[in-house]
Amino acid sequence: MGKLYDRLNQDIRFIEGLNGCLNCGVCTAICPAAEFYHYDPRVICATVQSKDEKMIEALIRSETIWYCGECMSCKTRCPRNNTPGFVIMALRKLSQELGYFTDSEKGRQQFAIKRAIGGNILRTGYCVNPDIVSPQMHPEQGPVWDWISMNTPEIMKKMGSNYKQAGVGGMRAIAPEVLEELDRIFEVTGCYTLFDTIEKHSKHKANELGIEISDEGIGNEYFMTVYTENNGSHNG
Amino acid sequence: METEGKKRVWEEYQKEIADDHYFYVRSCIRQTFFPGSETTFLKILQNDLKKDVFEDARHTTCTGIGYHTDIVPLETTMTVIARHFALMTEAGYVNIIPSCVTSFGLYTEVLDTWRHFPEIEAKIREYLWKATKREFKVPENLVHTSDIIYKFRNRIKDLSKVSLINKKTGLPLNVVEHIGCHYSKMFPQSGVGGAEFPAVLTGMIEAWGGTVIDYPERRHCCGFGFRQYLVKANRGYSVSNSKKKFESMQPYQPDFMVANCPGCSMFLDRWQYTIAEMEGITYDSNGTGIPVLTYEEMAGLVMGYSPWDIGLQMHQVSVEPLLDKLGIEYKKEDKYLGSNGQNIGEPQKPMFLIV
Repeated sequence: MGKLYDRLNQDIRFIEGLNGCLNCGVCTAICPAAEFYHYDPRVICATVQSKDEKMIEALIRSETIWYCGECMSCKTRCPRNNTPGFVIMALRKLSQELGYFTDSEKGRQQFAIKRAIGGNILRTGYCVNPDIVSPQMHPEQGPVWDWISMNTPEIMKKMGSNYKQAGVGGMRAIAPEVLEELDRIFEVTGCYTLFDTIEKHSKHKANELGIEISDEGIGNEYFMTVYTENNGSHNG
Repeated sequence: METEGKKRVWEEYQKEIADDHYFYVRSCIRQTFFPGSETTFLKILQNDLKKDVFEDARHTTCTGIGYHTDIVPLETTMTVIARHFALMTEAGYVNIIPSCVTSFGLYTEVLDTWRHFPEIEAKIREYLWKATKREFKVPENLVHTSDIIYKFRNRIKDLSKVSLINKKTGLPLNVVEHIGCHYSKMFPQSGVGGAEFPAVLTGMIEAWGGTVIDYPERRHCCGFGFRQYLVKANRGYSVSNSKKKFESMQPYQPDFMVANCPGCSMFLDRWQYTIAEMEGITYDSNGTGIPVLTYEEMAGLVMGYSPWDIGLQMHQVSVEPLLDKLGIEYKKEDKYLGSNGQNIGEPQKPMFLIV
């Protein structure tokens, strides 16, 4: 394992995202996450720019890097054309590769995202489709979404979609041979390696915490724990 | 609103938008929550404006939500997008138009990265060939689908049946426009009007008779935040950001909001319901909330399309107060009917939000 800073410097987003921060704090002023969480992109940039290995390790083991919403508002305003959001993406990748993400409550959520979104992409060809927005998991969607969920094929038909059918159109079924192409892209480009790493470290953490975890799917205690747990220390 | 100076200053942010022959790429979020919007976009382009829009059934998600939740590596996302370029190339098209703002931002990021680092483009070409035996040309013109409607806003005005004017008072409707962050915050030159004064929705609203509200938190994120909404434990972030916007726009008494991003349209609608049920608050004076439209829905209404054909019944905040102001005739009893006019039940009523 090389130095953490050197590994960050291999990520194109880190190279593009940090041209030399003057610590003016404009990114923090505009940042939606900084207003909601104990989060300060200016400090993130200062920390990685210091090249202090201990501080960088502490950062990628912390809750902090998971607070960013990747809206990239910081990019627009930075007078040095930095993108702290890109720096965050490089830090998150490194945190996952090293298994440090399971040290934090927010980091452990990567397991739920991998199972829900990652699984859905490979299963359906979509990041999101109506099947994964269940009213039980999404009470904020309201009674109209409940009604849509109960009548999805009919409502999709009325909207001119081609719901789960072959051919073009909204919410069409993605053909098996297309999903095979996605599968091969995920294999060739290293996505499965990242998935396996998230799985391995999450299972280790689940066992350490004594929480039941399954080999696949979202019907397990560890998924629901990381999906819902909030210790209340992140803001306020 | 004083716009002349801004127009002059931001002239450099007027980008080229192809006139015809588009390769269309759908949005996961749009197809899920407001599918009538994509249908309406295609009807306007193909039937009303007689444009050539091609869709290949083999296109997929761009993986954007996976990428921005950090579970999908950049190389994977780039290769999936490269595959879409390959489908476009195979079909003989050079203009690509993603329906999703996250996709549009990513496509822009990919092309920008390849311009600065040709060796990365070469690597992605190798990955794509190895995985799919496909090759591609980069698009000559990449724009978001809202840019297309913006480009043809005056043609749509010529064909329009409805103006964004209050039928009773004769005054322009007050409109909040919300631009998805990834439309131009990362690459300002990629958006019409840049990141500070994007004109893409303003242009439509003003062409069709409305007035744009300039409020303090106009450019603030809707609060999606990817992992901040997708994970239940984080949703406080998401609703808080929308709430900040609602509070900021409330004094200006908007008649409706319109957004060009699939996620933003949905969140600005759903979070009004959530806040109403949690706190007993709405941001209008009647307790019904502020209607939220997609830009395709706004264009569809202007073109005289039926509100229930374009999907306005899929919004949680009722659109009827807006339809009444516009003088659009509709049958309330038809709102929730199925495709053949059959009864498929109706949504339950919220506790606080009036529908």
